Amino acid sequence: MKNRLEVNIRRKIFPGADVVVVEEFMLTASAGEFVAIVGPSGAGKSTLLNIVAGLDREMDGDVQIDGQPLHVDGLITVRIGFVFQEPRLMPWLTVMDNLMLVLDKSTDSVERIRQLLREVGLADVEQSFPNQLSGGMQRRVSLARAFAMRPELLLMDEPFLSLDAPTAARLRQLLLTLWGELHPTVLFVTHHLREALALADRVLFLSSSPARVVLEVPVQLPRPRELRDTGIGELHDHLLAQYPELLSGLVEEEKQSASDISDSDNRLASR
Amino acid sequence: MSAIVLRGREPWLRGLSLLGFLVVWQLAAMAVNKPLLPAPTVVLSSLWNDLTEGSLLYHLGITLARVAVSFLIAMALGTALGIVMGRYRDVDAALDSLLVLALNIPALVTIILCYIWFGLTETAAVTAVALNKIPTVIVTVREGARAVDRQLMEVAGVYRVSMRRTFFQVYLPQLYPYLMAAARSGLALIWKIVLVVELLGRSNGVGFQLGTFFQFFDITGILAYTLAFAAVVLVVEATLMRPLERRLTRWRP
Repeated sequence: MKNRLEVNIRRKIFPGADVVVVEEFMLTASAGEFVAIVGPSGAGKSTLLNIVAGLDREMDGDVQIDGQPLHVDGLITVRIGFVFQEPRLMPWLTVMDNLMLVLDKSTDSVERIRQLLREVGLADVEQSFPNQLSGGMQRRVSLARAFAMRPELLLMDEPFLSLDAPTAARLRQLLLTLWGELHPTVLFVTHHLREALALADRVLFLSSSPARVVLEVPVQLPRPRELRDTGIGELHDHLLAQYPELLSGLVEEEKQSASDISDSDNRLASR
Repeated sequence: MSAIVLRGREPWLRGLSLLGFLVVWQLAAMAVNKPLLPAPTVVLSSLWNDLTEGSLLYHLGITLARVAVSFLIAMALGTALGIVMGRYRDVDAALDSLLVLALNIPALVTIILCYIWFGLTETAAVTAVALNKIPTVIVTVREGARAVDRQLMEVAGVYRVSMRRTFFQVYLPQLYPYLMAAARSGLALIWKIVLVVELLGRSNGVGFQLGTFFQFFDITGILAYTLAFAAVVLVVEATLMRPLERRLTRWRP
């Protein structure tokens, strides 16, 4: 298996501000694993993704994939798809050209893009400019772009923020379908607990700044899952009952309690 | 709907304002009734003569060539320097006071110095015009380079888009509005300076011809050449600048 991701950040300080944003952060994701990262706002979740993507290099630590450094001389050694909080499409390029930008110019690429656009339901706006599309459609283009170059690693930074519930639900389904085809290793940042539980194989909870993992919860509920599934609801309520301050990044017991919760989670899942 | 109606009317409105100008001119000429202000009909017939029998086309062609060459040089160098100064603070700090100086040197000084140092040559003429224009291009493009969206550049970085494609498809389009502004004001400035350069040190071109007319007090000739010149400017604007701008901004809602 390939694309096992190891992130080890000893210390990340925002230059100029002398604020430690991330400290003693360790994360391992096995190949093809879907890991959700949940934490309070301002915890440094986006910084974390930027570090993994190589957009932020000023830190003490390393990022490895299959035991090899992910960034060599400023170049990324694997194919990374990044879905940002905003769609970040080039407004002067058509939908087709926005996707072509991340692929080589070949007829295969055109075919690949057409197929992807059909999958995300945008086949008929191929020649439109982003400004002519709705917010939800722009996000679908951005999702298609992340999958276009067959990513080995997929980073997502609250990609479904500020979408209405049905659109977000459709996009989550779409994400899982695309993920099922290529199985990239995924880091999915969100502050929406139910969303994390509905999508991920494993959920990491971060403390508030400096960010560090305070709890790790495997989710073994069968897919497909919906936000409103009773299993998700029970796990959600159970977690919040046991750790009332979890979403603020506070866990009373120390980290070994993660095994307790995963046991109880197994019980929940098998019931 | 109203936008469509307006678009249909636009050529008419443009034509109408020109026509109005000609009418006012004709009335003024009739009122003054002196050779100092010839009527548009007289100027137009002189223009026709220069076009068919005179050397107007030759001189106009020479001037156009000088405008084109110095415009391209000024835009290319100004854009390159503007990008570098907008991108790197140190370079900006080092060159900024020189830029302010260059912006404020009178065109005439540059022209005279170029002629003295490089001789009364074509190179000196084109250099003088380009030198006058480069600083304003730098200032405009630098503004654009400072406003480049880092988030979009990050997209290109993460997705490993090649340098070449990043420059032409992600970076440069962000500068288009600034480049268009620089080109517009640049053409206007260069038209004017080229004529002065020709008047002072060339033996052909519209500027040289106007100088000759001036010596003979040939006001009709001056106005005929000016008219021809104005027509060329309008044609360039309509057939090059506006279509180009429409094409570069067609993605705007």
